[in-house]
Amino acid sequence: MWSGKTFAIIGAGQSGGWTAKTLRDEGFEGRIILFGDEPYPPYERPPLSKEVLLGDQPVESTYLWPEDSYDEWNVEMRLDTRVASISPADHGLTLANGETVAYDKLMIATGGRARPLPVAGADLDGVHYLRAISDTVAIRAGIAAAISGGSKIFVVGGGWIGLEVAAAARKQGADVTLVEALDQLCGRALTPEFAARLLKIHLDHGVDIRLNTSIDHFEGDGALARAVLSDGETIDCATAVIGIGLIANTELAADAGLETDNGIVVDEFGRSSDPDIFAAGDVTNHPNELLGRRIRLESWENAQNQAIAAAKAMLDKGEAYSEVPWFWSDQYDVNIQLVGLPEDCDQTILRGDPDAPEFIEFYLKDGRIDGAAAMNNPRDLRFTKRLIQTQKVVDPAQLADPSVKLQTILKG
Amino acid sequence: MSDIEFHNVAKTTSLDEDEAVQVLVNGQEIAIYNLDGTYYATDDICTHAYASLADGYIEGTNIECPLHGGCFDIKTGKATTAPCTVDLKTYEVKIEGEDILVGIPSD
Repeated sequence: MWSGKTFAIIGAGQSGGWTAKTLRDEGFEGRIILFGDEPYPPYERPPLSKEVLLGDQPVESTYLWPEDSYDEWNVEMRLDTRVASISPADHGLTLANGETVAYDKLMIATGGRARPLPVAGADLDGVHYLRAISDTVAIRAGIAAAISGGSKIFVVGGGWIGLEVAAAARKQGADVTLVEALDQLCGRALTPEFAARLLKIHLDHGVDIRLNTSIDHFEGDGALARAVLSDGETIDCATAVIGIGLIANTELAADAGLETDNGIVVDEFGRSSDPDIFAAGDVTNHPNELLGRRIRLESWENAQNQAIAAAKAMLDKGEAYSEVPWFWSDQYDVNIQLVGLPEDCDQTILRGDPDAPEFIEFYLKDGRIDGAAAMNNPRDLRFTKRLIQTQKVVDPAQLADPSVKLQTILKG
Repeated sequence: MSDIEFHNVAKTTSLDEDEAVQVLVNGQEIAIYNLDGTYYATDDICTHAYASLADGYIEGTNIECPLHGGCFDIKTGKATTAPCTVDLKTYEVKIEGEDILVGIPSD
């Protein structure tokens, strides 16, 4: 099927890897070229701030499949290779080295990059962002040096990346100071009550967390020596990690004339404004039928499943992609999972003891669950995902009662 | 040639329909499932990452891993959705009265 055709994939991350695998699984017999600007085969990023940063798992454990799989699948890997431009009219790519490559269909899976912090000294050695394997390796070395040298790890941003870095560093015995500009952790994702419980967990583990505090600038002579905070305090540190969000890598698509708007604009099949160009993962602005609106997600699940759906669409076997967004984070022995992207909710229901280590919060709108966040309760969260999909009107009293199984509410 | 040794691991009364439970047999984690009154057993630990499938979500004959949402067919152990690609081992189950017995190779 499709022999003689060339499908190119820009971006060898989770979406790029799943695109290549799905094309072969679905019987594509043409040429597949996978371009990645990192030296590694496609890998999963979530462990970079969790198991790999802790040293529990080697870097290779993040690889989607063993490196020799791509030979077996006859996928041409062009790693350490940056695509400089796309010419949709010619169905051609130009690489950074000037080489040109023709394609019949193209997948753009360029993901995103860490949002840079615009303060003085952010370019000093020892100031890191966390997006790639190379970042994790450098931060791990910084944590080890901080432990042996008795210095601090300084974290900017009380979001998922910042908190996972703080947990990983603290768990290994490093002193950690974290600043968050807002008055709560994970301000975009968690309720104040949930965030307060998460804050307490970090404080109990000995992280020095400063809310309502930002970084003014970094100082050092080539290498980081200290961070100066908005309140004037100085924190001595040789390693800092900045986790303040992500910027979608839309430039290639925009320069090629594709429609972009907070991401590459695609339809429910992952097709861009050019019928032969698709996109998947963190870089896409896509419609979500279940939510009834367009969204851009920074999510492991979306990177995988949107790519699988879009790869099928490249073969004209498209299935409309739409699922309830789902995220997770691991910090110490705490697993946090979130489902949905709740908007304008009018009621929050807590299920579980407010002081117990496991609970779930439901966010309701017009009597239906629009989203939920759970601590150490993945099972209830999964049933909640289904309750959201069914858009069933639920009884708040039943939701709040842990003795009523969600399975029963779902079936009832 | 290994023999199958049956172990009494749970009671049928302790497992509602479409529920699963983790049991230990010689230190090995096994998941026991109740699908509409028929019982099945597979390895309990997901082949993709470390998670107990007994904490997962059963839909039809699929068990969905609670960690990343990958699925396996409970009857065959076959990995059915991403990110799972390696199948689970399955084990024979016998019911004696209210006892659920699972057959584990004894080599």
